[in-house]
Order: sequence, then C-alpha cells, then structure tokens
Amino acid sequence: MNVTAGTYESSDCLIRLSPSTTRKVIVESIVFDQFGDAIQRVLNDTLDQYGVSAVQVECFDKGALDYTVRARLITALKRGGYIE
Amino acid sequence: MPPVFCHSLEELFQHIDIHKHKHLSFHHHLRNGDFVMNTVLRHYRDEQVEGLHLHPSSIFPSYTMLLELLERGQIASVTTNYLNGPVAQWISEHGLPGELKMQTHGGRARSIIDGRDRIDVAYLAAPAVDAMGNAVGYLGQHRCGSLGYAVADSQHAGITVLVTDTVLSDPITDPEIQGVDVDYVVIVDAIGDPDGIVSGTTSITTHPIGVRIASLTVAALDAIGAIREGFSFQSGAGGVSLRVTDELSKIMRQRHITASFFSGGITGHHVAMLEAGLVDRLYDVQCFDLAAVDSLARNDRHIPISASRYANPADPDQVIADLDVVILGATEVDLDFNVNVTTDSHGVLIGGSGGHSDTASESQVTVIVSPLMRGRLPLIKDRVTTITTKGEHVDLIVTERGIAVHPERVDLKAKLEQTTLPVMTIETLQAIAHSYTGKPVDPPLGERIIGVVEDRTYEILDNIHQKK
Repeated sequence: MNVTAGTYESSDCLIRLSPSTTRKVIVESIVFDQFGDAIQRVLNDTLDQYGVSAVQVECFDKGALDYTVRARLITALKRGGYIE
Repeated sequence: MPPVFCHSLEELFQHIDIHKHKHLSFHHHLRNGDFVMNTVLRHYRDEQVEGLHLHPSSIFPSYTMLLELLERGQIASVTTNYLNGPVAQWISEHGLPGELKMQTHGGRARSIIDGRDRIDVAYLAAPAVDAMGNAVGYLGQHRCGSLGYAVADSQHAGITVLVTDTVLSDPITDPEIQGVDVDYVVIVDAIGDPDGIVSGTTSITTHPIGVRIASLTVAALDAIGAIREGFSFQSGAGGVSLRVTDELSKIMRQRHITASFFSGGITGHHVAMLEAGLVDRLYDVQCFDLAAVDSLARNDRHIPISASRYANPADPDQVIADLDVVILGATEVDLDFNVNVTTDSHGVLIGGSGGHSDTASESQVTVIVSPLMRGRLPLIKDRVTTITTKGEHVDLIVTERGIAVHPERVDLKAKLEQTTLPVMTIETLQAIAHSYTGKPVDPPLGERIIGVVEDRTYEILDNIHQKK
C-alpha cells in the first residue's frame, strides 16, 4: 500500500512510501542541482534514526526546507505503520 | 513628403525586398497583446528569409513566431533588453548561430543612435497615426501609452514602417514618432489584443514578507533623509515596489512633501499621486495600465519620453541623471552587491536589464528590494550567475530579515546605524539565509557562451552560458 504526506506546493514536498525489501530513496526537486544531495541526506538520516530499512521513499520537492522534508517523511512513516 | 500608405503587409513587400534587409527591429509596448511581430515575421518564415538579426526591445511569451523562426534556423542573432517565456527557454538551451546580446533600455537607444546597431527595417506598432505619418501611443483602438522604446528606431532605421489600425483624420500636433522619419504606414485590422497590452501585475502586495520589505525600505529612505521636498523617485510595477510608493505617499501627505518627478514605467498608482499634487511630473517611457494611458492623453505634466531621453547617458536631456532614489528588484545578488535579473539560478534566461542598470548607474540611491529566500533558494550568492547591474551602483539591499549597505556608502551606513533598523553586513545576511536553506551547490554553467550582457557604457558585464 502506498502512503503519502505533504503537498506538491511551493516550499513543501510530497512524500510517497511504497513497500520494498530494501531501502530506495528517490528525489525529484525544482532545486535538485542546488539541494538534491541535501534532501537525500535528510531522508536517509531520518530513516536511519527510526531504523527503517525496507521502504521505497519518493520525494517530490518544491523547495521545502530540511525540517519540512523531515516532518513530511516522519508523518508518512507513521501513516504507513512503519514506525509508531 | 508623406509616407506611403499600404493596406496590407503583402502590399508593403511589393515596395520592400523582404530578402534584402536582415536587421529588423520591433518595440514591445503592446507586450503580450502584440500582433505586429508575429504577423510581420510570418512573412519572413513563408519567404524563408535566412540570417536574420532581430532587435526587439523585449521578447514576451506571446511572440511565438520568433520561436518558429528560431527552430527553423532563420535567426542568426538577437539583440534585446529583456526576454522571458518559450523564446528565452529555447535560446538558453540551444544558443544561436550568432550571438545573443542583452542591452539596457538606455544602452539600446544609445547604440542605435550611435550606429553601433544598424537597423535595416523598423516595424513599429503605432496605435494612432495621422495622414503625415505622425504617431502616438495613447490614442487609437489599441492604445499602449508611451512609445518610448520605438523612437530611436523610428529615427535611425534604414526604413521605418508603422503598423497601425487607426488612422486619424486630424493631424497629431505633438507626436512621439515624427512623420518625417516614417517611410511606410501599413494599415491592418488590429495591432493587438487589449487584454495582453496592460501587464496586469500592478497591484500593491499584501504578502507579509512583501509588506515587511516595503516598510523597512520606506523607514530606511526616511532615515537617510531621502524623503524631502522636491525629491525624485522611480519604482517599478512590482507589488513590493508599489507598496513602497504607496507608503511613501502617506508620509508625503502627512508632511506636505511634493516630489519633483517620477520616471520609468508608470502605473495608475503614480497617476493618482500626480493628480493628488504629490508629484509635479511623470516622465513616462512605458505605461503599465490603462489608467496611465488615459492620464498620458489628458495631463500635460504626464510626459511621454523616448528611451534615449530616459536613460541614454549620451543624451543631454537624460531624465534619470536627476534621479534621487530608485527601487529595483533582484533574482540574485552577491557579496560584491552585483545584481542578476537576467538568468535564474539554474542559468536559464528569465528577464534582462530593461532599465535596471541604467537607473542604478545614475540614481543617487539605488535600493534593491527582495525576499531573502525564494522557495529554498537564497537571494545572496557568493557570485551571481549573471551580472546585470554592477555592485558599485547598488547602495542598499533590503530584505525582510535585514538591510545591507554597500561598504562604500559610509554616509548611508552612519545614518542607518542611528536607527533601530536591522542593518548588517551582506555576509551576515547571507548566513541568516543559509541557516534556513543550507548552502546551495551552484550548478556548473554550460561551457558554450551564447551571448553577452552589454552595459549602457558598452562595457561587456558578463557572458551568458548555454544551459547544460
């Protein structure tokens, strides 16, 4: 089952989680050149922190700041039952 | 001798050999409502004229025939002051067989007058023309107001063609374009679409960040003593600029201060201040809305001016030589106060100087107003992607989180530091932005240089790179 959190609006991002046996993190961003690595890092660090390794994370970003990306991911993980 | 009147472009091309003349100019006063450029260029497409060098004063998204000619490889070079939309995107991605040259409004007029830029045929949309070929922009079926950007073309082109849908039976007594300069008048059904002619961006911002920037700007202007009897002022038609103008008007009313003139692009907000006696004259190179067009037609103190008189440094009557304060925007600024309004942070063409560098160069005080961050992109770069206006011409940068003063303006800095305004170094301002966004990784520019930014002095300010 896919779960989402966030919106594809300016300064926000939409996170979509789908089942996977390994961790996959995919980032699309209007500021990919400037911040693609930074977004990837926030997503991975957050997954590490919550010990989630088997999930596919897609992030469709429209210029969200780090704390927004992180909050959207945590919400999606909770909605999907990946974490409490 | 009066010009030759033609009743179609087909008839015109019986007089002019379409294949012989490659340097063509147009003005952009009809903006996205312009029919003239597309209609004229359709003939060049159909006749498969190659090696064109176009000199439109600006390029708007609706100028789709230009895109078609680019795709067919018929255009060698483009010289303009501003471009956005699909043409800008295409040139960023593909470049040109020749060169893209980005000029300023004053620099374009100067260059045409000096003969550095040769115009073979100027195709000029003219809202109202009389039997002698005299023309104004504030009368007719499709009025645009001032024709300021077309005047140098009309005087210096090899062949000057007016395209109109309104021929007046009464003579025009004080024309912007003189009939003696006109060779042909082509009568068409419509030169434009009224909905696209007015820019529609002329409302005062209510966005909290814009409001904050505007009130800091006005407070800073007050602190440096700029709001005084007889001061002169220019602001664009952007929402923040208009809010600055609006807040200024309140202070001027309270203190009974009258400004000497406003210059540049004129809106209904400027007109209201003229009519309220808050400003003595409007020098109008471009009308942004119908209120401005109507005012130009009826008010003697609302004066249409040519781009040369507006901003050509070699023009003895240059209006902005007397400018005290200008408010300008920025896509990016850098630690040396250079400003970019030509490309975005991805290196794609999104605009151009227009009068940015002109007014910044001349004005006693140049204020850049901008949000400190747009989305995740911080305003202040170590080095701007493209230099549109040199940092030496910029005095204040006002953002919602702080004001940076150019280090050489110790006079302004001393006055601002006597207030409670958030004055800080540009490095501090940049660090504040980075504390939210992180430091962006600048995408490498494409290796191929596709064009240049040329200042009004003819100095090449920067190269424009192909988008990778």
